[in-house]
Amino acid sequence: MRPEQTLEVIAVAALLESVRAMQARGARLVQICATALPGQFELTYSFDLENRLASLRVEIPREHPRVPSIGSIYGCAFLYENEMHDLFNIQVEGMTVDFHGNLYNTTVKFAFGEVKAPAPKPQPALVPQRD
Amino acid sequence: MARTIIPFGPQHPVLPEPIHLDLVVEDEKVVEARPSIGFVHRGLEKLVEKKDFIEFVYVAERICGICSFIHGQTYCQAVEAIMDIPVPPRAHYLRTVWGELSRIHSHLLWLGLMADGMGFESLFMHSWRVRERVLNVIEATTGGRVIFGSCKIGGVRRDMDAGAIKDTLAELETIERDLLQVTRVFLNDSSVKRRLCGVGVLSPQQAHDLGCVGPVLRASGVARDMRTLGYAAYQELEMAPVTRTEGDSFARCAVRCDELLQSISLIRQALGKIPAGDIAVKVTGNPKGEVIMRTEQPRGEVVYCLKANGSKNLQRFRVRTPTFANLPAMLKLLQGCELADVPVLVLTIDPCISCTER
Repeated sequence: MRPEQTLEVIAVAALLESVRAMQARGARLVQICATALPGQFELTYSFDLENRLASLRVEIPREHPRVPSIGSIYGCAFLYENEMHDLFNIQVEGMTVDFHGNLYNTTVKFAFGEVKAPAPKPQPALVPQRD
Repeated sequence: MARTIIPFGPQHPVLPEPIHLDLVVEDEKVVEARPSIGFVHRGLEKLVEKKDFIEFVYVAERICGICSFIHGQTYCQAVEAIMDIPVPPRAHYLRTVWGELSRIHSHLLWLGLMADGMGFESLFMHSWRVRERVLNVIEATTGGRVIFGSCKIGGVRRDMDAGAIKDTLAELETIERDLLQVTRVFLNDSSVKRRLCGVGVLSPQQAHDLGCVGPVLRASGVARDMRTLGYAAYQELEMAPVTRTEGDSFARCAVRCDELLQSISLIRQALGKIPAGDIAVKVTGNPKGEVIMRTEQPRGEVVYCLKANGSKNLQRFRVRTPTFANLPAMLKLLQGCELADVPVLVLTIDPCISCTER
């Protein structure tokens, strides 16, 4: 069963205004999900409106990725935003609580920010010739 | 007044979990709590690049050792939604039964830990004694006690025959009787009430604004339970979210006590009307598309975001666990509390840092 949900792609400049509108409608912040794609990051902000899921999506370039914090609108967003920074190296400007890269102690810094390169095609194994 | 910083965790008698709190105190009052998590971040979300979407069910189930089944179930539901797989009705019912058994054993685990945290050792032992019975039922029907391994994309791996259903229903009678005895103590004992009543009050608005989920949200009077979305067999069963209005630690405990009996009722309903038929369908092809799937774990709403591009490996797999959503509320509860109440307040959100360190 596919759950009922909406997704709206918006510009980064319209993010704060759209999130404020969500809050004004009484929406609960459900999650923020970052996805690394070739050439860009995709950030999905999901909200619950009386059990209906509504998501806002912004796309930001991979070079110097920056996005404004929604912490002033949803105080609980700081964990998601620190996660975006620590795993994807996305600069979230104006975080209400900033862990300065210390939320997650991962061996590989910003490990989720890389895009997996396409796997090389397997070469046929060399079979030794018998005389 | 001079401020002192008291470290709390990750090794603490009430919370042997990898979370550390710096408690800034003035005299005996906590004025601020600074959390540190991420000590053991496992990077399971990154593992989708190595494991194909079929075998990734095993990874999803291992995100948590308590609500393991529902993690696997949510992952399967998300893939099934993307691929539009018609799961047989019997599989939906079996998933519901095992999901509710997971909820009972998780809540009993929490009740035991809560009793232990309060120093009520006999209540702790009784709670876990009942939990053993639940784990025995899970073992008898799935073969596992912690990781069931019974959920797969397209259905389930194991069936319950008429004998197993009869045995489960009979065992539920005993479990229910024991649950009533244990919850009666939690809900009526004066020492429990003195420890929990009025401690850590969250208003409905605060709980909503802080993004709370599960029993923490419902104890503040907000009737949100993802089971009402009607996934698995829930749309065919009678249930309403359990709520309390006090919003304090006792209310969070009471919600879990009432949910134990609700789960017993749901299992009885499900086993009473479980349809005959197949338990799984064959899955062919690779997923393409994206979905956000939400289910109700014992600790609250879990969110799975999946994005697939038609290859055998998912492009993105993201889990927002209930504890992750409840951490801001925990920090809010700690502000202004008495130092002696910190263990109780931390426990009442039922923190599972293992899930959070997915």
